[in-house]
Amino acid sequence: MEQHAVEQHGKAEPTGLDVIVTTMASDSHTWNLVFLQLLLEELGHRVTNLGACVPDELLVAECCRIEPDLIVLSSVNGHGFHDGLRVVEALRACPELAGTPTVIGGKLGISGSGTPARQRALLTAGFDGVFEEGGSVLDFQSFVGSLPAGSGSRALTAGSGVLL
Amino acid sequence: MTGGPAGAAPPAPTILPGGLPAGLPGAGAVPASGFGAFVARARAAGVLVVQPRMGMADPLRMRDGLRATRDADAVTVGTVTLDSYTRTGDLDAARRALAEGVGLNGYPIATHCADTTRTVLQGVMDARFPVQVRHGSAMPEHIVRALLAVGLDATEGGPVSYCLPYSRTPLREAVTAWRRSCELLASMREYGSEPHLETFGGCLMGQLCPPSLLIAVSVLEALFFRQHGLTSVSLSYAQQADPRQDEEALTVLARLAGELLPDVDHHVVLYAYMGVFPRSPGGARLLLEDAARLAVRAGAARLIVKTTAEAHRIPTVGENVRALETAAAAAADERARPALSAVPRACGPGTAATAAATAAATAAATAATTAAATAVAVVPDTGIEAEARALIGAVLELDTDVGRALVRAFAAGYLDVPYCLHPDNAGRARTSLAPDGRLLWSSVGSMPIAGLAADGPRPPILGSAGLISALSHVQRTYDDRAADPSAPTATAEVTAAACPPRPHLPQCRTDPPRPPEPPRTPVPPRTTSTPRRELGPTTP
Ligand code: B12
Repeated sequence: MEQHAVEQHGKAEPTGLDVIVTTMASDSHTWNLVFLQLLLEELGHRVTNLGACVPDELLVAECCRIEPDLIVLSSVNGHGFHDGLRVVEALRACPELAGTPTVIGGKLGISGSGTPARQRALLTAGFDGVFEEGGSVLDFQSFVGSLPAGSGSRALTAGSGVLL
Repeated sequence: MTGGPAGAAPPAPTILPGGLPAGLPGAGAVPASGFGAFVARARAAGVLVVQPRMGMADPLRMRDGLRATRDADAVTVGTVTLDSYTRTGDLDAARRALAEGVGLNGYPIATHCADTTRTVLQGVMDARFPVQVRHGSAMPEHIVRALLAVGLDATEGGPVSYCLPYSRTPLREAVTAWRRSCELLASMREYGSEPHLETFGGCLMGQLCPPSLLIAVSVLEALFFRQHGLTSVSLSYAQQADPRQDEEALTVLARLAGELLPDVDHHVVLYAYMGVFPRSPGGARLLLEDAARLAVRAGAARLIVKTTAEAHRIPTVGENVRALETAAAAAADERARPALSAVPRACGPGTAATAAATAAATAAATAATTAAATAVAVVPDTGIEAEARALIGAVLELDTDVGRALVRAFAAGYLDVPYCLHPDNAGRARTSLAPDGRLLWSSVGSMPIAGLAADGPRPPILGSAGLISALSHVQRTYDDRAADPSAPTATAEVTAAACPPRPHLPQCRTDPPRPPEPPRTPVPPRTTSTPRRELGPTTP
């Protein structure tokens, strides 16, 4: 299947993060992805938007290739909780991504807003943040703001020796 | 089915073999049985068919849902909506989810064994209650095989509408898969059934797509279905943000369908709003009622409803039944006053046309009272028809094979779905949303429609806050109306307006402008370190 990455736009700050915005294999909603891309770019970050229905292998491969500072998973079709548990396990299994800040948000189940138990399960499975509906965007912005500056700092901690 | 809604509504259609009214206006050869025939009979009897979006993983609950739909106080057809794993062909995931009891967002028709699904349908589905499978798959052959195996023969979608906004499958592959699926469905005609296929092209991204492109894709998908053997089709259009624009669009769609599909049974199906829905139950109901009224005014034969749960989660059966009954009641109410809704549209934008339009509107009002099945509306022409014709014409000129023409059209950017991220979409078209909800182009990319709808450049939708604000325009409007019942309804606006309000004629609006209010969906504060701007091209 053809790869489908969306070109990055706007002026990123030198200290901006490299961010991957993506959904998961079963979910075709994309307005959420377009919104998150714009929001992050406005905050000065560089975004790669992987588009609709991203298969697990492609998602992991793109994250390994780009080695982003932040991975943002968004799902609203109601399968996000289960798909998210599966995907974060695959991401964390990659040595390059073991410590990459990774968050999930949207409408993650089929019966309305999230429960604390669901949030705990996702955090335990390896997510660093869970942003289900209701004020989630503001919380997300403070989370992103609290991350160390991108590029240089990440490259150093990742020990790759390549300063982007 | 317990008959038509109470009140002034005409009686429910009699669904007896041989009881077909001959020569329905606007529809080609009407089949004797099946989904298309059922809708044609209802239409002849002057009743709007209403249909839910409904699918749950558990067969017993699915059966209960179908029965409740059948027994609702409305003329209904049933729906089996499939889950996202089945849609994307990940049958392993569907099987695991069933085994683990994980909540699915639809019915996994290719995973439950055929006997189970036959039991779901047995004694529920019959000539008086046809059932349609709704899926959303770019590669639907496994779904078509599964539905045919259990005796179903009505479904929906299309090579474009279930590829671009629903997958990352290359358009060329979707076209091939859809051709084979159409042929499979059409092959059932050998066995005496009349399979029915509905285009999803009238929805595309659910929101923020100007009507002419929705109409063009809907018509082109119907032509594709016909080319591959279907003889009973429906053409969809999704309610957008301005009832006047939608009425014009539906009128154009019906006209083009009549012209281009004269030899095929067809009807127009309206989808209640497919974008970000009002959060309040009152707002959701008002929006659904406006959809039902719109369907009646514009002569659509069938309406697919949305529920008060739409903004929040998958609806319950009860919520769906209430939506069906709400819509049926609003439709009956609208049909009971045809003269009222037909006359104001006599006000055309041009004075020269006014006399003729008035005469036509009077005729329309008379016709509507005497023959409810005949939709005659006089709607102002804002250029939707010219754009739709230009798009359809440009595509059909590319190749005699509709599927190949569609692939080439997207490659050339002659069709370009705004904000669609699919790699085969040019991604240069952008929408503008006028304050009154009218959808306009801010950029047409390479589509051959530049300048066809008059009036200069349009401001684009800007930045994340602008996008959320545009996406939630309808939600905001209807939640506000529900909170303040004295605010005029969309229908009242249409009726009271002295002439069809246009974005550059704000004085035509009857409701006073409201101060801007924060959208319901939280909008991020503008802490932007880069200037707000339009989302740029989405080249893969
Ligand atoms: C538009 C729409 C569609 C369009 C999508 C077009 C497209 N390409 O995007 C179409 C018509 C194609 C569609 C299809 C389907 N849809 Co839909 N869709 C919607 C609808 C009406 C609006 C969604 C939208 O565009 N919102 C605008 C964006 C910007 O907002 P958002 O997605 O809600 O995201 C916000 C927050 O959640 C948050 N957010 C989201 N992700 C993240 C991530 C992070 C990290 C953070 C911080 C925040 C965040 O930020 C956003 C802004 O606040 C919603 C219902 C509604 N809300 O009214 C249903 C809805 C999401 N759809 C739904 C479903 C189930 C489907 C289908 C599976 C069909 C079905 N069974 O009914 C298919 C999808 C097929 C598939 N393979 O998955 C359900 C999901 C049910 C649930 N979760 O409980 C909903 C809720 C409708 C319903 N009540 O049934 N859909």
